[in-house]
Amino acid sequence: MSALGEERVAAGERVGAPALRRAPRMRAVVGALLRKELRVELRTFESVPAMSLFSVTTYVLFHFGLQQNSVAGPLASGVLWVTLLFAAVLGVNRLFVADAEQGGFDGFLLSPADRSALALAKALALFTYLVVLELVSVPAFALLLLGVSLWQAMPDLLAILALANLGVAAIGTLVGALAVRTRARDLLGPLLSLPLLVPVVIGAALCTTPLFRDPVGGMPLRWLLTLALYDLVFAVIAYALFDFLLED
Amino acid sequence: MPTLPAIELRGLTRRYGERLALAEVTVALEAGQTLAVLGPNGAGKTTLLRLLATLLRPHAGEVSVLGHSLPDESWAVRGRIGLLGHEPLLYRELSARENLRFHAALHGVEEANVERLLGVVAMERRADEPLRTLSRGMVQRVAVCRALLHDPELLLLDEPRANLDPAASELVEPLVGRASGRTRVIVSHDPAGALAEADLVLGLVRGRVALLAPAAEVDAGALAELYR
Repeated sequence: MSALGEERVAAGERVGAPALRRAPRMRAVVGALLRKELRVELRTFESVPAMSLFSVTTYVLFHFGLQQNSVAGPLASGVLWVTLLFAAVLGVNRLFVADAEQGGFDGFLLSPADRSALALAKALALFTYLVVLELVSVPAFALLLLGVSLWQAMPDLLAILALANLGVAAIGTLVGALAVRTRARDLLGPLLSLPLLVPVVIGAALCTTPLFRDPVGGMPLRWLLTLALYDLVFAVIAYALFDFLLED
Repeated sequence: MPTLPAIELRGLTRRYGERLALAEVTVALEAGQTLAVLGPNGAGKTTLLRLLATLLRPHAGEVSVLGHSLPDESWAVRGRIGLLGHEPLLYRELSARENLRFHAALHGVEEANVERLLGVVAMERRADEPLRTLSRGMVQRVAVCRALLHDPELLLLDEPRANLDPAASELVEPLVGRASGRTRVIVSHDPAGALAEADLVLGLVRGRVALLAPAAEVDAGALAELYR
C-alpha cells in the first residue's frame, strides 16, 4: 500500500466514504450519460419539439412554394432529406449546450470515465432525437406533400433513415463538441455540419428517389453502401478526435 | 518514513492568450495538510485550482498531484480529486438525487453513498425536486455531496461555504473541514477563516507568489499586504 494509502487507512472511515469503490464500466457510464441526456430533454423540450415543428412548417412552406398538391420521385426525395437535414442541425446545435452552460463538461472531465463514453452517449441521444423527429416528420410529409403511398416503400425507407441517422449522429456529435466551446457556436454548428452532411443527403436522396415513384422501384444498393461507408468513416473520426476536443 | 508531497508545483506557469494567469508558482504540500490560497480578484486562484483538477494544462513548469505528473498522468488522479468550485457542476433540470446518482455512475461509486451523503447534509426531503427550484444554499450542499461522492484524497475547494447559513456550514464541516482528514486546497476571500484552517498559506498577486509561509507564521499585516 502507498504511503498515502496508509495514511487514509489510519485516518479511519470518513464521513461520506463510499462502501465500495470500483472502476466505472463503459456501459454503465454510457447508460448514465444517455439517461441524463434524455431526462434533461424530456424536462426542457429544447430540441425535439423544435426540430419536429420546423420540419412540419417547412413542408407547409414547400406545399405553397412549389404550388403543387403532391410531389414524387427526385423532388419528393429532395424535399424530405433537405428538410430532415436542416431539422437535424437544430438538434446538433443544442446537443452540448446544457453541458457547456451548467458545468456538465467539467463534471464529466473530473471523473475517471472513458472520454469516448460521452461521444457514444451523445451520438445515441442524437440518434434517438432523429428517430422521434422522423416519427412526426415522415407521416407529415406523406400527408402534406407525397403523391405516392408510403406503405410499400416503408421497409427500405426505414433502412435508409437508420443509415442516414447514424451519419448525422456521428457528424453531429463531432461538430457539436467542436462548436459548443466557441463563442460563435450558433453560427459554427451549421457552418461545419452542413458541408459534412452533404454526402449523407446525396446518398439518402438517391436511395429514396425510386421509393417515391409509382410503381415503387428498387433501392440502389451502391448508394446505400456508400452511405454506410461514410457513416463508418465519420464514426471512426468522431471516436478518434473526441478526446482531443474535450481537452483544454 | 518520508512521504511524497500530495501536491508539488515547480515553476508553474499558465497563460490565457497574452495574459499571464500564473507565473513561476512553486509550492509543495504534504498529504493530509491544508493549503490556503489567498489573493485579490484575478490573482490566479481559480486557475490554480483548475490546473490541479486537471481541467487546465500548464504552459510551463512541473505539476505533480498525488504522486502523478500532470498533464501526462491526469487519468491516474482524476477519480481521486474532488473539486468544489464556483459552479456546482450539476444539471438544473435534474433533482439532487438524479444528479448525484449520475455522478456516482461516472465515478463507479455505489448509489448507497448518494443516500448517505444526502443524509449528512440533511437534503433527503428535497432530494427529488429539480435543482432549479432549490435555494443557492441547498444547491451548494448538493455540490458538496457531488465533490465528496467518490471519497477523494485531495479536495480542491473554492469558497466551500459560499451561500451556506451557519447551520448548513456546520452540516458540511465533517465533509470539507479539517476533520475530513483529506489533503485540501482552499481558495477563500476570508483570510482570517482560511488562516485558521490552513497549515500553509499561498498568497498570489497577479499570478505571482507574493506570500508562501506556514499558517502559524503569517500575521495580519502580511495578509493585508496581499490585498493592497
